[in-house]
Amino acid sequence: MAKIIVVTSGKGGVGKTTSTAALGAGLAMRGKKTVVIDFDVGLRNLDMIMGCERRVVFDFINVIQGEAKLHQALIKDRRLENLSILPTSQTRDKDALTREGVEKVLNELRNDFDYIICDSPAGIERGAHLAMYFADEAVVVTNPEVSSVRDSDRVLGLLSSKTRRAEKGEEPVKPHLLLTRYDPARVAKGDMMKVEDVLEILSIPLLGIIPESPTVLKASNIGTPVVFDKTSNAGAAYADAVSRLMGEQIEMRVLGPERRGFLQRLLWRTA
Amino acid sequence: MTLLSFFRRTPRVSSAQTAKERLQILLAHERQDRSGPDYLPLLQKEILEVIRKYIQVPGEKVEVKLQRGAEMSTLEIDIELPGAQTLNSKRAVPSPAFAR
Repeated sequence: MAKIIVVTSGKGGVGKTTSTAALGAGLAMRGKKTVVIDFDVGLRNLDMIMGCERRVVFDFINVIQGEAKLHQALIKDRRLENLSILPTSQTRDKDALTREGVEKVLNELRNDFDYIICDSPAGIERGAHLAMYFADEAVVVTNPEVSSVRDSDRVLGLLSSKTRRAEKGEEPVKPHLLLTRYDPARVAKGDMMKVEDVLEILSIPLLGIIPESPTVLKASNIGTPVVFDKTSNAGAAYADAVSRLMGEQIEMRVLGPERRGFLQRLLWRTA
Repeated sequence: MTLLSFFRRTPRVSSAQTAKERLQILLAHERQDRSGPDYLPLLQKEILEVIRKYIQVPGEKVEVKLQRGAEMSTLEIDIELPGAQTLNSKRAVPSPAFAR
């Protein structure tokens, strides 16, 4: 039986899709059968971040509407055999998502996978609601910035009231905080909230601290989840977060931006 | 900027500290708003309308709180009225606003 994890935030542009791709790929690297699902109907992007945009034939909405079978829409990752992607539609709108349809697809996937990662759209509308509705756990992606923290708090309220677990009175959805775009240098100057500040305000367990890093943009440029780049700080931080998601106890480290040695810097300049 | 002010050390509150404090105050309010059932804001509005038929009270002086307990729940309605003097004088000469 798969664990369903929603990656959500309320606010847009904080790194939900980047994190979905990195956590999904990271879990697959650790031998877990994982599927990542794009819930952002009409604005699909997970396919691009995963680098499989040219292989999309059928999508999540086609499956919900009965126009295709689930196995026809699932794209198997070429790098990791344990990883699959379920892209969404670029042309339909979010009303094409139904609770019954989503439930049916998730139930079918539950038997074949260990982890189902739902990439939520921004906002708190239908797509975001359905992405979190069936979740067992939630990764709340937050930037150390006021509007992002406020929106995360709102989303935490929704997780504890508007999900299947909340409605059925079951054990609540387990939240995890993933702090992204963290810049220790700006924190030291007092220009950015500390990890401790955000934790004190949101008071949920910390899954990881992802440093602001140029590697993230480079990874999305080439369609490779950032966790593949193990030498980068962002990639290493995501790998740590994956271990914690799997229940391992790992010491929290705050990784700064990549520092190059003198020789590397010299080579970098002449390159 | 004078040369003196350059040397004077003013205790500076970092912007990150300000961000944290603003969030703590705001979220305390927002959490309370959403902890109650959806009808509380409407209930507050209607209670205020009834009271305003007789006494003039500003909107922010009425607070409606619902506390849920296992055995018993309480609905607390806190209305802050104007001082006795203003209340009496208002009664003697009703303003057009509540002479309706």
